[in-house]
Amino acid sequence: MPEQPTPPERPLPSMPPGPHLSGGGRAPEDGAIAATGMGGAMDLATEEGASLRKPLGGPDGTGPQDKPRSLWSDAWRDLRRNPVFIISGLVILFLVVISLWPSLIASGNPLKCDLAKAQEGSQPGHPFGYNGQGCDVYTRTVYGARVSVTVGVCATLGVALLGSVLGGLAGFFGGAWDAVLSRVTDIFFAIPVVLGGLVLLSVVTSSTIWPVIGFMVLLGWPQISRIARGSVITTKQNDYVQAARALGASNSRMMLRHITPNAVAPVIVVATIALGTYISLEATLSFLGVGLKPPTVSWGIDISSASQYIRTAPHALLWPAGALAVTVLAFIMLGDAVRDALDPKLR
Amino acid sequence: MGRYVIRRLLQMIPVFIGATLLIFLMVNVMGDPIAGLCGDRQCDPATATQLRKEFGLDKPVWQQYATYMGNVFTGDFGTAFNGQEVTELMSSAFPVTVRLTIVAVLFEVVIGITLGVVTGLRRGRPVDTGVLLVTLVVISVPTFVTGLLLQLLLGVKWGWISPSVSSEAPFDELIVPGLVLASVSLAYVTRLTRTSIAENRRADYVRTAVAKGLPRRRVITRHLLRNSLIPVVTFIGTDIGALMGGAIVTERIFNIHGVGFQLYQGILRQNTQTVVGFVTVLVLVFLVANLLVDLLYAVLDPRIRYA
Repeated sequence: MPEQPTPPERPLPSMPPGPHLSGGGRAPEDGAIAATGMGGAMDLATEEGASLRKPLGGPDGTGPQDKPRSLWSDAWRDLRRNPVFIISGLVILFLVVISLWPSLIASGNPLKCDLAKAQEGSQPGHPFGYNGQGCDVYTRTVYGARVSVTVGVCATLGVALLGSVLGGLAGFFGGAWDAVLSRVTDIFFAIPVVLGGLVLLSVVTSSTIWPVIGFMVLLGWPQISRIARGSVITTKQNDYVQAARALGASNSRMMLRHITPNAVAPVIVVATIALGTYISLEATLSFLGVGLKPPTVSWGIDISSASQYIRTAPHALLWPAGALAVTVLAFIMLGDAVRDALDPKLR
Repeated sequence: MGRYVIRRLLQMIPVFIGATLLIFLMVNVMGDPIAGLCGDRQCDPATATQLRKEFGLDKPVWQQYATYMGNVFTGDFGTAFNGQEVTELMSSAFPVTVRLTIVAVLFEVVIGITLGVVTGLRRGRPVDTGVLLVTLVVISVPTFVTGLLLQLLLGVKWGWISPSVSSEAPFDELIVPGLVLASVSLAYVTRLTRTSIAENRRADYVRTAVAKGLPRRRVITRHLLRNSLIPVVTFIGTDIGALMGGAIVTERIFNIHGVGFQLYQGILRQNTQTVVGFVTVLVLVFLVANLLVDLLYAVLDPRIRYA
């Protein structure tokens, strides 16, 4: 079979301006605002999510030749052979385990500090040395995983549920509700996220993680909602949905049985990458002094406090920063791998 | 085109009102605007009541918002905690942040597009895989970590730059902060250019240009690059607004007295006027940048017509 030219990406003269994405994964008709305030990783996420719902062109999309398999079992077969997926999956598994049981690999108490040992380097039993307050950097880095993973997972769950329900309903029913929702997402996109976090969280006095999660859900749901809306609109035009409608299926049946399973892939990819960005956002807000507050053990707080001693004890900054970077990278890589596996064009 | 611009301008009005109202509510309802005026101590109740009356804080919130917006449109942004006009703070802060943003955008354009073209033309080769991996790493390291590391290495260890920027903030001192600010978008621009180039390389017009016997250099610069840069240009355009708002972290690390610095001070000292004023201007910049980008889109790609 000769190589198929890829379907045209740019709109043809007769088409409305559309499929091309300007900043932050947005086709111009989507709304007045591009979603760039969340940073490059979120742009990457929305772009990857959006590219998943492009219609198939040519014989690639005409269906399976051999034993029929669902998109998901196909994707799973691909993923099991993908080293990137395996490595990032193992890293995430490790993170989850140590955030559930940090005492498995760190026997000390993260809040036990000895000022006499402040800023000392690596020693036997304390491989990462001590920070500016004389706390063991290794123990604190291990215990810091719990907060980061909790914030990331809770924020992502909240954002994904709220965003996909609102966006999905707007995409399915269209009309006035859709128009209102599009304008509301525009409003949220117009506020740069770090700025919104500073303003909102500076007035909250609670020292638990819930205000941070609440803020992320509040400012994060429009991202997922836009992706879910686009995905549902694309799926709705498929023949099998029209067939179901012709057979008299109710709205709820069409949504749950036909549209949701076929429209959920972009949401999952974006949510996975977003998880990484939320962890990074939590650290940024803690670094600015408005996110989590001591005595909570968090990488952001540790990096922030270590930045004062950067000349004399850089190790106290490098270890939590490294752990943070590896964590975020693992989630982005995982999302990337899942996207590749779910993209039928790459088959 | 004219109708499209008008429609977009009308669309911007609710977004502007919504976004500023959201910030206004966050600051005024959840926080206490009076608390900041008394410093760290509790305000005397009688004084607090008098101050509330004086500033009109006893009126309903929507009325406060309407009064504030009315003042803003006549150019009165109120006064900051130290009695300085907020507009005065803006006139000293915005030029610095604009310079920082220009440096950042230059980095995005020069390095991002170059890397994107190089990798897009060599898709699947080691260079491509390497650069892609590096961009993922850059994207996943939070900006404040990149900033602190560069400050440590270049500023403290090797002494190439001064670790903090002076208050005049000339262009040459803003190079490293600009790179830090741009880093994440830079990586994204690289990926975007790469995808775009790799897709368009198989387009018919490129094949035609090659078949005509044009030199490779001309095919790439005049035919391939020009068409592939459309999404990149639009991304960079919308990114300008995001960069200005996102400069808080960079400005804090390198002690740059720009918009982010003033906003941070305003938030720390619970100065509502500064915060709401700066955010209002940033939201406006962001909206206008978005509009310009969508118009630019039609200019760059003549196949797109806005009805």
